[in-house]
Amino acid sequence: MIRHSTARRIAGVALAASLLGGLAACAPSSSTDDEGATATQAEIDAALEKGGSLTFWTWAPQATDIVAAFEEAHPNVDVKLENVGTGNDHYTKLQNAIKAGSGAPDVAQIEYFAFPQFALSGALQDLSGFGAESLKDQYTPGTWGSVAINGGIYGLPQDSGPMALFYRQDVFDGLGLDVPKTWDEYLEAARAIHAANPDHYIINDIGDAGFTESMIWQAGGHPYTTDGENVKIDFASDEGTQKWTEVWNTMLAEGLVAPVPAWSDEWFKRLGDGSIASLVIGAWMPGNLENGAPAGAGQWRVAPVPTYDGGAGANSENGGGGDAVISQSKNKPLAYGFLQFLNGPEGAAIHAAGGGFPSTLADLESKEFLGYQSDYFGGQKINDVLVQGSKDVLPGWTFLPFQAYANSIYGDTVGQAYATNGDLNEGLAKWAEGSIAYGNEQGFTASGE
Amino acid sequence: MTPKSPAPTAPPARPDRRRWVGWAFVAPFMAVFLLVLVAPVLYSIYLSLFREQLIGGTSFVGLENYGRALVDPKFWDSFGRVLFFLLVQVPIMLLLALAAALAIDSGRLRFAAFFRVSLFLPYAVPAVVATLMWGFIFGTRFGLIGNLNDLLHLELPAPLSHSWILAAIGNIVTWEFIGYNMLIFYSALRVIPGDLYEAAALDGAGQFRVVTDIKLPAIRGAIVIASIFSVIGSFQLFNEPNILKPLAPNAISTYFTPNMYAYNLSFAGQQFNYAAAVAIIMGIATMVIAYVVQLTGSRKEQAR
Repeated sequence: MIRHSTARRIAGVALAASLLGGLAACAPSSSTDDEGATATQAEIDAALEKGGSLTFWTWAPQATDIVAAFEEAHPNVDVKLENVGTGNDHYTKLQNAIKAGSGAPDVAQIEYFAFPQFALSGALQDLSGFGAESLKDQYTPGTWGSVAINGGIYGLPQDSGPMALFYRQDVFDGLGLDVPKTWDEYLEAARAIHAANPDHYIINDIGDAGFTESMIWQAGGHPYTTDGENVKIDFASDEGTQKWTEVWNTMLAEGLVAPVPAWSDEWFKRLGDGSIASLVIGAWMPGNLENGAPAGAGQWRVAPVPTYDGGAGANSENGGGGDAVISQSKNKPLAYGFLQFLNGPEGAAIHAAGGGFPSTLADLESKEFLGYQSDYFGGQKINDVLVQGSKDVLPGWTFLPFQAYANSIYGDTVGQAYATNGDLNEGLAKWAEGSIAYGNEQGFTASGE
Repeated sequence: MTPKSPAPTAPPARPDRRRWVGWAFVAPFMAVFLLVLVAPVLYSIYLSLFREQLIGGTSFVGLENYGRALVDPKFWDSFGRVLFFLLVQVPIMLLLALAAALAIDSGRLRFAAFFRVSLFLPYAVPAVVATLMWGFIFGTRFGLIGNLNDLLHLELPAPLSHSWILAAIGNIVTWEFIGYNMLIFYSALRVIPGDLYEAAALDGAGQFRVVTDIKLPAIRGAIVIASIFSVIGSFQLFNEPNILKPLAPNAISTYFTPNMYAYNLSFAGQQFNYAAAVAIIMGIATMVIAYVVQLTGSRKEQAR
C-alpha cells in the first residue's frame, strides 16, 4: 500500500512537471508606445553627449571592436554587448523579451529575412522620425529595400550577401572543365566531377530554406507577394521557381549533390580537400573558408553565379542583415545615435576589416576594397567579382511577413523531398500549404493564387 | 488596583484551530508548491483559452484550441510516434536493467561494484552531451559507423536516416537510463530479507526459482515505479531528438514528439496559446497512461 501511494505521488509530481514543460515565457505583449519616436540630429547628438547605458544583442564577431570604437568616441555611453545565441536562438529570446514587455535590448541584430516579421508585429521602432531616410543613398538598393518596409524604416543595413560561385580551380582544371557560365554547364560539370570519383561532388545541399530562396530569387522568381495583409505564396506557377527545380531535381535525381550538412565538420573537411568542388553562397564566405578549410588555400576562386540563359548577370542575396532599435527601448534617441555609428561609415569600416561583406556603397566602391588580393584565393581580386555580384542582384524580391516561421517548417516539407529523393515541386507545394495555413491563422489573408 | 485574576486557562483547542496550526507548518512548502507547480499549470490552462494573432490581437476562443489539437494530424503523428517508442523501447530497457540488477545482486559476479558504477555512469552524463556523443558515433562518413563501414566494407544502415532515426534515439535513451533503472531494481533487491533465501534453499529451490518466486514478486513495486518513470520519460521525449535535429534535419520534423511540437509552436510560430493546449492534453494523456500502468501493477500485487 505504501508503495502504491508513493507511486501515485510520483506520478502526480511528474504530471505537473510535464505540464510545466509546456510553459514558455508567456505574458501579454507590450503595447507599442510612441514616446520618443522622433528626434532631430541635434537631439540625438545631445543624447550621445549626455550618455547613458544601452544593451546590444548580436552575434556578429566584429561587434566587440565596433562597440569599443564607439565608446571611445562617446565616453559617456556604456554599451552592454550580449550574444544570446545565433540565428533562431537569438530570435526566440528576442521574441520572448518583446512578448514579456521588458528585458529586450535597445538595439538588436536582425537578418533581412526576419525584418518584415519583427517590423509588422510592432517590435521594431520606425526610424523615419529620426531622419533615417537621409541615409538611403549610403547603402546598396537591395539591402535598403530589406529594411524599408510598408513606408517605414525599421533598421539600418550592416552586411550583405550577394551570391557568388566559389570553386576549386584545381578540380576544374584537373578534369579540363571550364568555369560554368550557365546552369546547364554547371550540371555537365557536376556529372564530370562525380563520374571521375564517386565520392566527389560539385556541391552539397541537404535542403536549406535560405539557399532555396536565394536560388529562386536568382532565377528571377517571385513566389512571395505581399500587399498589406494579403499574402500570396505560389511556387507552382512561378517561372523562376520552375527554372530552379528543373535543374536541381536533375542534380538530386542523379545523385550529384553531396548529402552533407553545411557548417558541419565534414563540410569544411571536404571544402579543404576538394571533394566538394564548389559553393553557391553569399559573399561573406571567404573569411569562413579561410578559417574553416585552411587546407584549401590557394585552390579556391570566385566567379559570378551561373545564369539560365548565359546572358547578363543575375544574382540574389544570401543572408546578411542589419541592426534595429527595439520599440521597448527607454532611450531611443541614444539607441539611434549608436545605430548611426554601428551601421554608418565608422562601423562599416571596422566590420569590413573584420571579414564582413559591407552593404555601404562607399566601402564597396573603395579602391582599397576592390584592389584587395586574397592569398587564399591565389591572389585573385575577389572583391571585384563579389561587388559586381551585388550590382547584379535582381530587384523586387520580398520575404513573407512570417518568414522565420516558414523557414522553420522547411525541413518538414521540402526537406522530405530531399530525404526521399522526391520531387522538389511537391515539397515546395507542401511548404506553401503549411505557410498559407499559418498565415491565415495569424490573421493574414493568405492564399496560393 | 484590583488584584489580577488568575490567568484563565487556555480553552481547549478547537479542531479547526489545530488545523490552521498544521497549515502554518506546511506553509513554506505550500507557498513554493503553489508558486512553481499550481500557478504555472493554471496559467497555461488560462493561456490555452485564448488565441493571439499577428494581425487582430488576442481573443477569447474557449476550448477551440483543444478541439483543434484533437483533430491536428501533426499532433497525432507525434503522439503515435512516442506511443510506439514507449511500447518498444521501454520493455527493452527495463528488461536489460532488470537483468543487470539480478546479475549484480546474485553475488556470483566478479567486480560487482565496478559494473554497478559503470552501468550507472551514463545517467550522470548530461543528456545534451550524451546525444552529441552518440550523434558523432552514428555518423556514416566520419563517425564510428563510417569507420566500421570502411574497415569491414559493410553498408550498415545510417542511424540518422529517415527510417532509422527513432531506433537511434531509442539506443541513446536506453544507454542513458539503464543504469538508473538498474539502481532502482537493485536497491529493492537489497532489502529482501535473507531468511527467505535460506528457506528457499532448504526447500531445494534453484536460483531460477528464487528469481521468479522471491525476487521478482518482492520488487514488483519498484518495477511499477520504474515503468511509470519510463512512460513519463517517453511522452516527454525532447532533448535527444531536438539535439539530433541539426545533424538530421530532414529526418526529424518540427513535430517529431509532442513536446517538440509544443516547443516549436511557441518558439518558431509564437502560437503560445495553442502550444499550451497541446501541453495540457499531453499532461492529461501522460497521467492517464501512468495511472493505468500503476493500476495494472498493483492489481497483480493484490491478486497474489
